[in-house]
Amino acid sequence: MRRIPPTAWIGLAIIALNLAALLFGPLLAPYGEEDILGGPFDPATALNWFGLDQNGRDMLSRLLYGAQMSIGVSLAASLLSFSVGLPLGFLAALRGGWVDTVLSRLVDTIMCVPVLISALVVLQALGSSLPVLIVTIALLDSTRVFRLARILGQGINVMEYAEAARLRGEGAWWLIRKEILPNAAAPLIAEFGMRFCFTFLFVAGLSFLGLGIQPPYADWGGMVKDNQQGILYGLYAPLYPAAAIALLTIGVNLVVDWLLAGRTRPQGEGR
Amino acid sequence: MIPLILKRIGLGLFTLWLVSVLVFAGTQLLPGDVASAILGQSATPEALAALRHSLGLEQPALVRYGQWLWGFVQGDLGQSLASQQPVADLLWPRFWNTMFLAAYAAVIGVPLAVGLGILTAVRRGGVFDRAVNILALGTVSLPEYFLGLVLILVLAVQNPVFPSLADVYPGMGFAERLDATTLPMLTLLLVTVAQIMRMTRTAVLAVMDSAYVETAYLKGLLTGRVVLRHALPNAAAPVCNVVAFNIAYLITGVVLVEAMFNYNGLGRFMVDAVAKRDLPMVQACAMVFGAAYVILNMIADIAAIALNPRLRHPR
Repeated sequence: MRRIPPTAWIGLAIIALNLAALLFGPLLAPYGEEDILGGPFDPATALNWFGLDQNGRDMLSRLLYGAQMSIGVSLAASLLSFSVGLPLGFLAALRGGWVDTVLSRLVDTIMCVPVLISALVVLQALGSSLPVLIVTIALLDSTRVFRLARILGQGINVMEYAEAARLRGEGAWWLIRKEILPNAAAPLIAEFGMRFCFTFLFVAGLSFLGLGIQPPYADWGGMVKDNQQGILYGLYAPLYPAAAIALLTIGVNLVVDWLLAGRTRPQGEGR
Repeated sequence: MIPLILKRIGLGLFTLWLVSVLVFAGTQLLPGDVASAILGQSATPEALAALRHSLGLEQPALVRYGQWLWGFVQGDLGQSLASQQPVADLLWPRFWNTMFLAAYAAVIGVPLAVGLGILTAVRRGGVFDRAVNILALGTVSLPEYFLGLVLILVLAVQNPVFPSLADVYPGMGFAERLDATTLPMLTLLLVTVAQIMRMTRTAVLAVMDSAYVETAYLKGLLTGRVVLRHALPNAAAPVCNVVAFNIAYLITGVVLVEAMFNYNGLGRFMVDAVAKRDLPMVQACAMVFGAAYVILNMIADIAAIALNPRLRHPR
């Protein structure tokens, strides 16, 4: 195990903090999600550390409740996107031939439209309910996972050990499980971090546009939108949820950079 | 080189056609009936049938696709369901507003980013390189609305330099328009400059390590000439790609920035159309965004072909 640099420690700490908010947010929150405690945008006090929001609700409590929606939905979408993209990508790499051609062309076609535009088209047709949101983002995102899994699978499939396993008569499922997955694990974990960042920003962005997670649920993107007027009076209210979004993104990026650092070094850095 | 470029243009047209199929399929074949979306839950079956007939919905999907595409090629984008006006009249003014904002950001951002990328690559490991890299890492991870909010707070509220809302209206003077769109432009700039700069730096660094750059230095050429004449042309292809990618981002990522600054552009227009579930407007917007994306990528590839010395002088 190589030494963990301080930037990665900061990243891990940020992720741990957010995980705690995801798991225990409502328990830690001093007030309820919908409790009205005072006037709009009341300043911070000893009881309300970040002040009140545009409807007079406690900002800190809303942030803690919002973690469940913002992080939970993106995590579900990333997991789903990997469980669709990975097997299909490995399958395309192992089988080759028409399976590969059909899947790759399909993915190329979907990728030639910007993700946000595709998502808006689907949301227009189906409306923004939570399942629609998660499945849409996951499927659009799985095209990226498919591409990476396919390239990794192809690289490993031509190695001697994979060749030997195939000559032994092992099936495709065994090859994926025992040869490809363990050897592709490190880049895939880093990719998971990057895909999570992307879906997280994407969900927050859709909510900011009013097309993502719908009220009454608190979520960070929607909170930025709701509190946005406050900034015109010089209040920091919308900056708190925006900063929460930025902080988690930075944290995950720091960890991903650390995970990837060992692999990119031989190609030119530090010579 | 010419056959290569023609081939790329052909591929671009094919991709455009694919985009039209995707947009049509996405809006028409997904569950969710247009007629009941317009009339709402309480509509009578007769009213629904009449509306379906007047919209031509009982025809096969392939026929409707043909009619839609043919109208589109001729510039007829259909009728808005919500306002009963032709979509084209509503869409194009907003499209030009978006193009104005994206162009404003690109004209300032691209030269700035490429210049910074080259400078940091030449001064690799120096203080300037490190400072710019840390700044770039910071802005790359921050979402647009965070940057936008900070810019509004600092440059519009605490120090009223620029207006906080980007109000534009027809007949507005060029200088006023620039002033009104400065804050959204700066937001877009911060996001894109960092990315283009980092890619340019990587691309130039990769070339700077090659044998012919070393030869050029050993011949006694000055750094400026080595970088501009020997290194840069060979780093052009990846730089072109990332520039195009970022301009394409400018055109779609502009959606968030437009919503943030209440700018009357195509992005906000499309979001409103999605919220109202106005099918023809969403289709038209998606096609325009998709086409802009495809065309920009095509231009980048052609520029990369035209700038690559090895492709320009084929043996």
